[in-house]
Amino acid sequence: MRGHLGTRIAQIIPTLLLVSLLVFCLQQLMPGDPALIMAGEEGNDPVVLAQIRAELWLDKPLPVQYAHWMDNVLHGNLGYSWHTRQPVTQLIEQKLPVTLQLSTMAFIIAVLIGVPARVIAAVDRNRFWDYVANGVGLAGLSTPNFWLGIMLILLVSVQLGWLPPSGYVPLTVDWKQSLATTIMPAFVLGNSIAAILMRHTRSAMLTALDQDFVRTARAKGLREYVVVIRHALRNALIPVVTLGALELGTLFSGAVLTEQVFSIPGFGKLIVDAVFNRDYPVVQGVVLVTAFLYVMLNLLADVLYVVINPRLREA
Amino acid sequence: MRRLLLAAGLIAAVTSAASAQTLRIALRQDLDVLDPTHSTTYVGRIVFAGMCDKLFDIDKDLHIVPQLATGYEWADPKTLVIHLREGVKFQDGEPLDAAAVKFTLEHYLKTPGSYRRGEISTIDQIDVVDPHTVRIVLKAPSGAFLAQLTDRSGMILPPKAVEKEGKDFGLHPVCSGPFKFVERVAQDHVTLERFKDYWDAKDIHFDKVIYQVLTDSSVRLANLKSGTIDLAEYIAPTDAAAVKADPKLRLVVSDSLGYFGITNNLANGPEANNPYGKNALVRQALDLAIDRNALVKVVFNDMYKAGVEPVPSTSPFYDPDIKVPERNVAKAKELLKQAGVQLPVKLELLAFNNPDILQEAEVIQSMAAEAGFDIHIQAMEFASSLGAAKQGQFQAYLIGWSGRPDIDGNTYNFLHSGQANNWGHYSNPTVDKLLTEGRDTVALDKRRPFYDAMMQQERKDLPVTYLYTTSNIVGMSAKLHGFRAIPDGMIRLQGLEMTK
Repeated sequence: MRGHLGTRIAQIIPTLLLVSLLVFCLQQLMPGDPALIMAGEEGNDPVVLAQIRAELWLDKPLPVQYAHWMDNVLHGNLGYSWHTRQPVTQLIEQKLPVTLQLSTMAFIIAVLIGVPARVIAAVDRNRFWDYVANGVGLAGLSTPNFWLGIMLILLVSVQLGWLPPSGYVPLTVDWKQSLATTIMPAFVLGNSIAAILMRHTRSAMLTALDQDFVRTARAKGLREYVVVIRHALRNALIPVVTLGALELGTLFSGAVLTEQVFSIPGFGKLIVDAVFNRDYPVVQGVVLVTAFLYVMLNLLADVLYVVINPRLREA
Repeated sequence: MRRLLLAAGLIAAVTSAASAQTLRIALRQDLDVLDPTHSTTYVGRIVFAGMCDKLFDIDKDLHIVPQLATGYEWADPKTLVIHLREGVKFQDGEPLDAAAVKFTLEHYLKTPGSYRRGEISTIDQIDVVDPHTVRIVLKAPSGAFLAQLTDRSGMILPPKAVEKEGKDFGLHPVCSGPFKFVERVAQDHVTLERFKDYWDAKDIHFDKVIYQVLTDSSVRLANLKSGTIDLAEYIAPTDAAAVKADPKLRLVVSDSLGYFGITNNLANGPEANNPYGKNALVRQALDLAIDRNALVKVVFNDMYKAGVEPVPSTSPFYDPDIKVPERNVAKAKELLKQAGVQLPVKLELLAFNNPDILQEAEVIQSMAAEAGFDIHIQAMEFASSLGAAKQGQFQAYLIGWSGRPDIDGNTYNFLHSGQANNWGHYSNPTVDKLLTEGRDTVALDKRRPFYDAMMQQERKDLPVTYLYTTSNIVGMSAKLHGFRAIPDGMIRLQGLEMTK
């Protein structure tokens, strides 16, 4: 297992290099001249456009542009946004805590709803609670996030006046306000992930409950909740951990629509705006950081397998 | 006595609470760099309106009025003398004088990548006459020059801060306006706080202003209704009724400087080689097939104004003799017959991905079909559509312009041959001459006939089929008073006040 983890860690750097090269090449395929887009309505002075292209190295061959960017990255400099002229690291520092907070809250909500609901449903297979959980899961999967978000704003904020309709307050400034501004978007995001987790936990639980060791546990006279929680669930959690890591990784890369509806300044909005503005340094920087987070989460999932299932330690 | 003191204390507390107010303004999109030298976005100008005073401003009738200047005179058609307000300070304490004006204008002209360069490139020389008088000598007479000083080119910057910050000036901007920069979180908000030494401090009634970026129109509306924001600089036409119906809110609709139209490709590459690009009669037929009044009613809830000129009816350059044509399908068909083209006339209409604009394109498509056009809508993301237009990869392009106070800013770059925004490569020596004469003449009443004649010709050639002029639709709390609707759509904070 130690060797397996070592291999996974060694794969991180080539993976990130490959991601950076892919993003760099793919964004060149996007139509539109970044200098012209930056200039917007002011793009009528060819002299200024030429100055901008020179300043941004856009007049250099692509390999030179990539090498220049990579050299800066290796020196800890992700460049600066062509649109706002803010350093990319500053933008990431501003957005990363927001995205991490929102993602973590959404994930906790998803786990709190998804896993227990499905454990209960799997135990109550093909009966009332199974049907209820199925229905709720299906509703969660098929409700568009932006619709649910706007409905929640209208009900909870405009009609009832309980929570602020949008915006974000950092945890460090006012933790109560911070939770108040993020609870609705976290619920919207968590709701759809809960539905996915529910479905996977159910099938994993059903498989586990049919295993011989569960029958043995029951035969030993263990109480049902001990059988379900300690024996069946623990085994069923392995595929759920994989799925959870993937879903959390997706959350880290930004939840564009939810961020848009609740005006949460996270990674999703940052990257979408950067793509529309052809703000290449921001796109490259954010993708690189997201890829790093994704890789780290998968590594964490690998470690968790071992924690959950001791048999893997000898593998 | 104790009661009196208590009452006085209470009054002081209430007054201080009232004055310690924050104004929250919702912006429709995120802004770019907070440096007037490199700024390009409309919403960026709204934040500058709170932070940076300009030499001149405009009023609701588009007259140029002094701001940092107290007055001006033309010594001759090429020499402008500007008198500056005394005792004005920048937010870092540096005095604002003629030397700062000279420094700023030269900075705008010489900094690589300065978007202001094109606006004031007609400047030949700047002289400091005395600490409060500056003389600007132009390369040629210019009727449009003064209007440039009512926008970012007229925002005076502190020389020391600009030199110290260099390229990072936009991260820590300093100006001479009523509020100074505190912080910015990109795509979220910009916070400004009151500048205590502002020259017109008596007109400022807030301690802090927060510009919140709320890109979704329904979210903007929800925030306005819940009282989380005090003013939304733009309400979607479809949301206007909801604001009007809410007794806690107020809707202010006024003419803006912007317009929308179809830019036609007449000579930019092979896409122009079709009956629509080559024959003015075909373009006139499409012009007659469109019912502009119905268009603004259906798509924009009648909040915009049907028009065939690039300026709003409030502009001194608006020509009331040019009427919006009634829809006339029979005459459109006749024109197509006269042009001898094969029916239906096939036309690619490029439109950027925006629900309103695509709906507008569909309405035009359906109206034009009755006259014998077969329009195919080519929807494209905005940045890509701009690139396609520049490269001539379009036949007709549905696009607008946010507008400038002087007509020159709405016409020269779009209609004069060889200009960067003349995407259709329209070239008519008569129009070129009239546009140049209009630009080179200083007196308003002498400029007007040039533009009237230019528009008569434009209506025949139709390089741009103008459709309507836009409106500034501002929603605000009913408690907010002192709002001034100025056509440029900027939110001026002077005089704005929240009542209890």
